[in-house]
Amino acid sequence: MSAQPGGYNFAYLDEQTKRMIRRAILKAVAVPGYQVPFASREMPMPYGWGTGGVQVTAAIITRTDVLKVIDQGSDDTTNAVSIRKFFAKTADVATTERTTDASIIQTRHRIPETPLRRDQIIVYQVPIPEPLRFLEPRETETRRMHALEEYGLMHVKLYEDIARHGHIATTYAYPVKVNGRYVTDPSPTPKFDNPKMDNCPALQLFGAGREKRIYAIPPYTEVKSLDFEDHPFEVQTWEESCALCGAGDTFLDEVITDDRGGRMFVCSDSDFCSQRRSAGHTGVQSPEAAE
Amino acid sequence: MSLFCYAEPLLSAEGITKTFGRITGCADVNLDLYAGEVLGIVGESGSGKSTLLRCLSAAVTPDAGTVSYTLRQGGTKDVHAMGDAERRMLMRTDWAFVHQNPRDGLRMHVSAGGNVGERLMAVGERHYGDIRGCAGEWLAKVEIAENRIDDLPVTFSGGMQQRLQIARNLVTHPRLAFMDEPTGGLDVSVQARLLDLLRGLVSDLGLAAIVVTHDLAVARHLSHRLMVMKQGRVVETGLTDQVLDDPQHPYSQLLVSSILRA
Repeated sequence: MSAQPGGYNFAYLDEQTKRMIRRAILKAVAVPGYQVPFASREMPMPYGWGTGGVQVTAAIITRTDVLKVIDQGSDDTTNAVSIRKFFAKTADVATTERTTDASIIQTRHRIPETPLRRDQIIVYQVPIPEPLRFLEPRETETRRMHALEEYGLMHVKLYEDIARHGHIATTYAYPVKVNGRYVTDPSPTPKFDNPKMDNCPALQLFGAGREKRIYAIPPYTEVKSLDFEDHPFEVQTWEESCALCGAGDTFLDEVITDDRGGRMFVCSDSDFCSQRRSAGHTGVQSPEAAE
Repeated sequence: MSLFCYAEPLLSAEGITKTFGRITGCADVNLDLYAGEVLGIVGESGSGKSTLLRCLSAAVTPDAGTVSYTLRQGGTKDVHAMGDAERRMLMRTDWAFVHQNPRDGLRMHVSAGGNVGERLMAVGERHYGDIRGCAGEWLAKVEIAENRIDDLPVTFSGGMQQRLQIARNLVTHPRLAFMDEPTGGLDVSVQARLLDLLRGLVSDLGLAAIVVTHDLAVARHLSHRLMVMKQGRVVETGLTDQVLDDPQHPYSQLLVSSILRA
């Protein structure tokens, strides 16, 4: 069924590999937050460029899917463009930059600002899937800790944050507890996005190519960010609002504009920002305001 | 010092044997330890002291023999037969393990407060202020200045690291402590203070302890009872004073007479 004019099988991977990955995904969905080992393949891109996410996407994509790929929230950075082109070429699927039009969203380090729907799947590219790794280097030990639900160590990290900085200074890869059981690394998304994972209507899949792990958060699953009773979880806030669209409730990137201290804050989600601008919203530095 | 004698021993070992290929670690060791009692295990290097301690504390599984432990909630269990979850819970609540080298027992890149608080967080404490308060109290108990609470153990002296290790272990009020050469590698004045501290803690908390040492002075200061080991076997047991002042076995006599008098 799947020979392509370019000589590639549909979505690059061979059918047996895709079946193997789908089995891992099914297991991951059945045990929310549990890291399922899988036989990760060499992909035609270097580790760290999203080989895990690409394999997950390749295993779930169909000819009728519409794919969106974002890198740090943006549709037009190198990583996003090359992965989008990769699937346009090998699977001949439609691609989009609009969150609302997409059925599969592969992401590196952000969750779109537009709320996801139940007919969408979000695929995360994960560099290090083990949340306990920097505290406990032994894989045998971290597996046992997961099995026995020994997560005290995770709080030691948060304790250290407060002791050193006065507040929990972990701003990305902020550990979460999924479905009241497994402590999971939400990939290096900013903790600003953690609340979006809780009870999300979309299926969330995580692929780590180098570490050969897949995990998942099924739709409408409780995702709780770890914290202390007297230091509750909080997301980042900004005093500025987006300089282009004026949004005051989005994750902002600081952009240096010249070498004399000029800077602007803009939405990291480029699609969300452009939708707002085309709907007539303006910020302090938008071209319309400057004229 | 008084001996607390209850009908049930806290820890009871029978026929503990551990071999490494042709080499005998320890052979057919029996012992009973009662609540609040300190048992010293002495012997030369390679006599099987540490192997025995590791068997008793369930760090290694012996080839033969059982170790039964009286649980806090009542009832006795074989520590080698219980499940991983239960055993590890026991290890981080009811037991303490003080390593000879504090680097083995501490997280060197976690602050002193975090080191002490780890066990509390492991048993579900989730209030930062309470954890920190408790850590501060324990640092005071082991004579570490409270303003060092956020410093890393790598910045501590050897004696301070050893005291921090003790605080980290005792914070959950365990009933049994395993100590492997707790004063090894410390200079004599620091050793003396650590011994004083340990003796105070043991009597204040009613802690039972098994102390492995090759230093007879440490054994005399800390322990109520003594076991002398040679080539994996127990050659003599008895009250500490009795064994040290009137040794019966030729090896014990050799050991006692080997001490240099200053």
